[in-house]
Amino acid sequence: MNDSVYDGLLETDSSQWAFGTSFEDPLAGVDTTVPAGVDRTALATYCLMLGDDALITSQRLAEWCSRAPELEEDIALANLALDLLGQARLLLARAAAADPACVPVLPAGSPVPPEDALAFFRDAAAFRNVRLAEVSNGDFAHVVVRTLLFSAARLALLDRLRSSRDRVLAAVAAKGVKELTYHRDWAGRWFLTLARGTEESHRRLLVAADALWPLRAELTTTHPVERALAAAGVGADPATVAGEVDVVLDQVLAVSGVQRPRPAPAPGGGRDGVHSEELTGLLAQLQGVARAHPTGRW
Amino acid sequence: MTGDRRDWPLYEVFVRGKRGLNHVHVGSLHAPDDALALRHARDVYTRRNEGVSIWVVRADAITASSPDEKDPLFAPSGDKVYRHPTFYDIPAHVPHI
Repeated sequence: MNDSVYDGLLETDSSQWAFGTSFEDPLAGVDTTVPAGVDRTALATYCLMLGDDALITSQRLAEWCSRAPELEEDIALANLALDLLGQARLLLARAAAADPACVPVLPAGSPVPPEDALAFFRDAAAFRNVRLAEVSNGDFAHVVVRTLLFSAARLALLDRLRSSRDRVLAAVAAKGVKELTYHRDWAGRWFLTLARGTEESHRRLLVAADALWPLRAELTTTHPVERALAAAGVGADPATVAGEVDVVLDQVLAVSGVQRPRPAPAPGGGRDGVHSEELTGLLAQLQGVARAHPTGRW
Repeated sequence: MTGDRRDWPLYEVFVRGKRGLNHVHVGSLHAPDDALALRHARDVYTRRNEGVSIWVVRADAITASSPDEKDPLFAPSGDKVYRHPTFYDIPAHVPHI
């Protein structure tokens, strides 16, 4: 008799699985040393930027759980969230490995791994995500537009990062490109569907697009840390993908019959830790339990 | 395109697993059209690394046998034991039969 019905799931014999086996470790066989000549503090900061974009967007997507208009879309949104959470975990772990000084110090004996310490024990001002990621959720059109803007820019950026001299970043990017290709496809299809759907779905889509479109600029604006790491062959300069991102977005707008939203001033500064109250609220929910039990085992 | 949920047709989903040679029926879902049905199937039925190929087909496109026809359709084969190749000896040196 097994003590737990789940014991069998952990054994190496996979013949019991009806379908899924051979799960992959994206970092298997990857050289994890930091490339020579790279400023470790800058690399850590860069990984936090990429990781925090994924973590905060993931959390906003996860908030949709049980609230989507259809069961199938509820699962789809959770899938997108989990993809980004996986990217965030690898990137925050890389930040901690590059520069352990960026990791909040926890009580002695705490079993919390460094990537969790970064996710759960930093205050808002230490987060380096773009402002688009933290905006509070709206209706379904809102999450479609945010996902389109975010995934289009991130896909183009990770596509460049696949040739990073940092083999860990290159491996995370290679994994992420497959995921984000689906995210962009999902968002593009729903953008088209809502635009050409009912009068009400069209109206809601325009409201969301007008509100979120200006925020996309921060995704393709180069921060000095990004510029320095791009010059070192480790990062990718987001400004260099702005053109191709616009081409993709214009294609989606064209087939959807939607005018490109008018330019409008948008808040920035996310890369330097300038955030809205909305991020504070998100973090309170994300971090509350972990902070109440800094030595807890999960 | 995306009206009330009641307007979304039902689709049946078939997935070919990594070790499987053929597509196996895994369940059903609702979707507004064929393209989104395929996406929904990916999201709902291949989350645990199951599949390498998906078929979706509208349930109303399937012609199925009725339980009422069970006897006329299937009972006649129940006593045709001679249709099974079990009435000759298999030589010991012939494998894979």
